[in-house]
Amino acid sequence: MSTQVPAGLKYSKEHEWVKLEGQTAAIGITDHAQHELGDIVFVELPKVGGSVTFMKPFGTVESVKAASDLFSPVTGKVVAINPQLDGAPETVNKDPYGAGWMIKVELADAKELEKLLDDKGYLNHLGQA
Amino acid sequence: MELIFEKNRPGAPDIYFPDETPAGARRADEIVPDALRRNETLDLPSLSELEVVRHVLALCRRQVGIDSTFYPLGSCTMKYNPKINEAVARWPQYASLHPLAPDETAQGTLQALYELERGLAQVTGMDEITLNPLAGAHGELTGLLLIKAWHESRGDAKRRKILVPDAAHGTNPASAAIVGYEVVTIPGTPEGLVDLKGLEAALGDDVAGLMLTNPNTLGLFERDIVKIAKLVHDAGGQLYYDGANLNAILGVARPGDMGFDVVHMNLHKTFSTPHGGGGPGAGPVGVKKHLREFLPIPFVRKDGERYGTSEERPKTIGRIGGFYGNANVLVRAYTYFRKHGRDGLPKVGQHAVLNAAYVLAKLQKTYTRPLGLPCMHEFIIQPTEEMLAKGVRTLHIAKRLIDYGYHPPTIYFPLVVKEAMMIEPTETESKATLDGFVEAMEKIAKEALENPELVIGAPHSSPVGKVDETKAARQLDLRFCACE
Repeated sequence: MSTQVPAGLKYSKEHEWVKLEGQTAAIGITDHAQHELGDIVFVELPKVGGSVTFMKPFGTVESVKAASDLFSPVTGKVVAINPQLDGAPETVNKDPYGAGWMIKVELADAKELEKLLDDKGYLNHLGQA
Repeated sequence: MELIFEKNRPGAPDIYFPDETPAGARRADEIVPDALRRNETLDLPSLSELEVVRHVLALCRRQVGIDSTFYPLGSCTMKYNPKINEAVARWPQYASLHPLAPDETAQGTLQALYELERGLAQVTGMDEITLNPLAGAHGELTGLLLIKAWHESRGDAKRRKILVPDAAHGTNPASAAIVGYEVVTIPGTPEGLVDLKGLEAALGDDVAGLMLTNPNTLGLFERDIVKIAKLVHDAGGQLYYDGANLNAILGVARPGDMGFDVVHMNLHKTFSTPHGGGGPGAGPVGVKKHLREFLPIPFVRKDGERYGTSEERPKTIGRIGGFYGNANVLVRAYTYFRKHGRDGLPKVGQHAVLNAAYVLAKLQKTYTRPLGLPCMHEFIIQPTEEMLAKGVRTLHIAKRLIDYGYHPPTIYFPLVVKEAMMIEPTETESKATLDGFVEAMEKIAKEALENPELVIGAPHSSPVGKVDETKAARQLDLRFCACE
């Protein structure tokens, strides 16, 4: 069972992914992260309209094993949160890169994305971890 | 097995509640306003005394605890609590004392508390103890409030950060956050110790202190503790000792000598008072001289041969609970102290470490040992790569232990070690018990490779099979309802 790391996304060393959609970035956690956490039972997200800061916690994800901070891979304003995760947090386990997205952020500084890893860099990072 | 509510027989007579209102007093239903009164019926099951006894005994038979089996729950020190503690705590002189009783009628209890304070000060190397905190995390909160009060008394209000190691127990950052501090995590070395360079980089004039457990949360002794203390103090910070692992060094080494300024002790771990389920706990805090004046009130004072309570501490952080701690729990810890004495307490620490080292030496042959340094009172092992390749993870091994009659160890903690199993035998187990546990773990290791489905599907022999922990967490249902 190999971990999925799709090309075309940006990754943080804290195991979040970013998908750029124009000036907005969708953010979630990686397949590796959901596998390590195990069954996710609760996702706490910021409110729409709130702001998030590069590599600062923006929420928490709780599994049967542990509660972990979610680190924002970008700075900006939260324009949407995934309403599905409240009632069905297991969506993050089932489809971490698709239906399990967490928040959408209007980027304050697109250059920040350059500080993140690409798919190859993230795979490398997993190899070292 | 039926819940007691499900045993209710329709048509059985209602429970009779005697009216215990004293003559001349008003009844509760005359005083309590309508808005505050319950509208629904109580819905208690109507059962005879014998039926209740049988139900409770049946529950007891299914109970797993330290009195029934080996309970190696790492980071929790599930030692045996000697029954003499219970006998002494039930003496009416202790048990029947009202918390508002005048000091002159409470001399025995006050003496026990006073002597417990002195004893705890001696074994931790601290100058003064408060018995006020009602649990370990409450002790952390108290200790951090003391650190904050000290900084503020010096006009140093810019210290906003508390440092915690990445392996720290979750209560450390939680307590710091409640006090209003920003929590900064400092990295560990690959060996599993505090990274001195990382610590140095994090220290500064905005750091209030460092919270540390020693032995640390990986079960390793922080051998650089004196250097760590100097670094923290040179930067103007305070060093906080989380007493979670005090059992490992009890009577052998003292946090006060290592340079710690504040210590909390978990009496329910190290000093054999009731554990879990509300205990209730007790988390006394010890401090060095410079923090003494900030300690919470009340405190016990000895004046000649008389004992009394006092609140005269002008710079106190104030009250942190009602009265003076969980007094009847403290009596149990005092009994443990007196039972072991100066000669017995060091053996507690020594045997706790010896037992852990013995089990680790055996288990490292069949499981992965991620850390090379000698363990203290507890250690971490992982499933081997071969077991993981067969789909057998830590959770499965833990559940399989139930089939062998053992309580599982702590699993998936600390978070910095993948698939961690944290095992703490404690000093109260015999070599025969430890050998039995090792044998069970070796059998499970063999099963994991030869018959992984057997391990993955465990437990097979418990009254309730594999419970759906995910569903339980996702659909919290905390109240019994007889409805469909």
